[in-house]
Amino acid sequence: MAAPKIIVVGGGLAGLAAVIKIAEAGGNVDLFSIVPVKRSHSVCAQGGINAAKDLKGEGDTTWKHFDDTIYGGDFLANQTPVKAMCEAAPAIIDLLDRMGVPFNRTPEGLLDFRRFGGTLYQRTAFAGATTGQQLLYALDEQVRRHESEGKVKKYEGWEFLSAVLDSNGVARGICAMNLRTMEVTTFAADAIIIATGGIGAIFGKSTNSVVCTGSAQAALYQQGAYYANGEFIQVHPTAIPGEDKLRLMSESARGEGGRVWVPRTVGDKRAAKAIPETERWYFLEEWYPKYGNLVPRDVATRAIHKVVYEHGLGIDGQPMVYLDLTHIDRATLNRKLEGILEIYQKFVGDDPREVPMKIFPGMHYTMGGLWVDFNQMTNIPGVFAAGEAEYQYHGANRLGANSLMSCIYGGFQTGPNAIAYAKALKAAPGDGGHAQELARQNDLNKQLVSSSGKENPFRIWRELGETMTKNVTVIRHNKNIQQADEKIVELMERYRNINLSDKSQWANTSFAFTRQLYNMLQISRVVAQGARLRDESRGAHYKPEFPDRNDEKFLKTTKASFAPDANEPRFEFEAVDTQHIPPRPRRYDAAS
Amino acid sequence: MAEKTIQIEIKRQSGPDASSTWEKFEIPWKPGMNVISAMMEIAANPVNASGQETTPIAYDSNCLEEICGSCAMVINGKARMACSALVDKLEQPIRVQPLTKFPVVRDLAVDRSVLFENLKAVQAWVPVDGTYDLGSGPRVFPQQQEVAYPLSNCISCCCCMEVCPQFNDATGFVGAATIAQVKLFNSHPSGKVLKEERLRALAGDGGVQECGFAQNCVQACPKQLPLTEAISDITRDVTLQVAKDFLRA
Repeated sequence: MAAPKIIVVGGGLAGLAAVIKIAEAGGNVDLFSIVPVKRSHSVCAQGGINAAKDLKGEGDTTWKHFDDTIYGGDFLANQTPVKAMCEAAPAIIDLLDRMGVPFNRTPEGLLDFRRFGGTLYQRTAFAGATTGQQLLYALDEQVRRHESEGKVKKYEGWEFLSAVLDSNGVARGICAMNLRTMEVTTFAADAIIIATGGIGAIFGKSTNSVVCTGSAQAALYQQGAYYANGEFIQVHPTAIPGEDKLRLMSESARGEGGRVWVPRTVGDKRAAKAIPETERWYFLEEWYPKYGNLVPRDVATRAIHKVVYEHGLGIDGQPMVYLDLTHIDRATLNRKLEGILEIYQKFVGDDPREVPMKIFPGMHYTMGGLWVDFNQMTNIPGVFAAGEAEYQYHGANRLGANSLMSCIYGGFQTGPNAIAYAKALKAAPGDGGHAQELARQNDLNKQLVSSSGKENPFRIWRELGETMTKNVTVIRHNKNIQQADEKIVELMERYRNINLSDKSQWANTSFAFTRQLYNMLQISRVVAQGARLRDESRGAHYKPEFPDRNDEKFLKTTKASFAPDANEPRFEFEAVDTQHIPPRPRRYDAAS
Repeated sequence: MAEKTIQIEIKRQSGPDASSTWEKFEIPWKPGMNVISAMMEIAANPVNASGQETTPIAYDSNCLEEICGSCAMVINGKARMACSALVDKLEQPIRVQPLTKFPVVRDLAVDRSVLFENLKAVQAWVPVDGTYDLGSGPRVFPQQQEVAYPLSNCISCCCCMEVCPQFNDATGFVGAATIAQVKLFNSHPSGKVLKEERLRALAGDGGVQECGFAQNCVQACPKQLPLTEAISDITRDVTLQVAKDFLRA
């Protein structure tokens, strides 16, 4: 029998990790990506990657990493896969080191580690403040090596539109669009791996890259895949507000000693440096003496919201607080944080080595995603998912520097699992559904080109982003979520009257965007309605009307499925695997 | 009072073989705007300065924080990243055109796959034995890391190639970015196993000898890579390799 054919969609860390394992095992792999894979969103990760290697003599263990991750995620993650990830992490760091990632070093030439949020241990390996870039490049280089040996074929500049499913609902390939010729084609495969990242674009502005629309996940959800824990959206406490996007200011700034503060007096007009120590309020250090500035992100984000909106202490009355590094010497800052300091300097104009940075929370990470089993397979046979596109490693809140690990670990698991599945796969009935799926996608494209209404897709997108950011991020009220859902329904109505100002059939980026937009609207309803149904507060999901965690009712995975006739989601709930660590209250303010 | 606006002129081309034209836009000013957000504004309201309806601009972009390397273009005559080109710091009208040394796909989007092909030719990777657990990596002292890290920051934007007078069809020069990656991998404790092959790939036509020391590359690089230093180091290594190979033959 010929080597199984696997298609990987997405060339960030998870996708590349899967490709490497498949190529190494002798599989035959096609890699699809909207952008050249070296430009994938993983490059934006800054601070580092977690593994309990205990090179600082603190007594760190993989069990403590596991416990921090489960506790940080407010017990919503299934524990068995998280445990396995934490146990595999130290060897993955070694592998990345062998691949040439320029990790920061100790004087003895060993890997250096720093502390990140939600832990008391120095567990985060890092390459300056551009760790994601360096890890992505290492995997990209290995994939290029396999590519030059003929084991991998790249399709860069292609957009995934849907899975090709046979008459039994089994995946037999993908349908994709060439973003230059705009031609739609189906590709056969024995298994497909979706590694298409987060869904930041539904919030309009976020720290995510332009390609992070969630379109692939939403397309699969409409084809019958469960979407799990969609309501869990991480809003990063420290982002730089911008006109086109929110730029991340890494947690490593606080890991290296950065302090968050506001002037104690409402309306204090003095420059930051002119405000004496006694007139500054280091509210995180006061409220959370044990973890200080390194509380988990959901906790820090809510604290900043409270200080700005309840105490009215935002800098100059604006929704901003200081993130201060000016007490740390320049050489240390340059050695450990230069990448992010440059971003701030370039986009804001001030030197953060001299002047405290002005930051505010911004949408950052998608904890939810395609539902997968412990083998990383969705409920559609032959469709696997890995990385931020799936839901399984972070529960209700992701700890900083765990995402890079979950992407690489998830990709490494998924590749071999997909091969094992493909080897046992029986031949497809008929043509495997290729002709039918191709016709369906071509029809959708024809409808879009012939649509002659008045609506501009980019304006619909702006309204979606504003609605989602206002109502479905940090503080959630049922009434507002309900209104957001109604607004999305209105936007879906208006989408029917869309007017493509560009109807050409060559490198038509607004055409591709408009197709993504429809999927964004669908997945936004999953996020909003999931939030509406979860009447409790857990991790990143916070409802003032229901301020406590309710394990009896909601220690459950939310699973959304698409009801085609009603054109909306249906919800069910699944028990969470808590066999290793019994759930306990999550209290970062408590002394213990 | 009239709303404050910005003037931007964009060189447009509907496809690789089409002729190009400049189109003018006047769009509302917003604080902190960059060239990308100006183009987002055009997409949301595709009307040019003469009031005619037009199409959104085609351009490459992704991260918008100068780390993915997508949005390189020529802005007011300078090759740079559009995301970090802040409108308030640019002379108006802002003139934006695609990189000139790479085939235009459409409008500002160009095909830079030549760089990725070059990286294959010089085997820009560490040839690990496998991805199974083989224990810890080689010891690397901080001093070595501090040499490697800046070279590893290359975002493949191709600005160094755009501004290089020697980067053209006549020379076939690989350009500074590829040479810097050769230095990076040749200095890695296990990456250096391919050192000789990489140097041979840079000997002869299109290799390091094509560099004319204009030093434009190091000035254009948005990530401040020590490109001229890498070129001179690798030129020396290539020369030595050629001599060694000659003597062995």
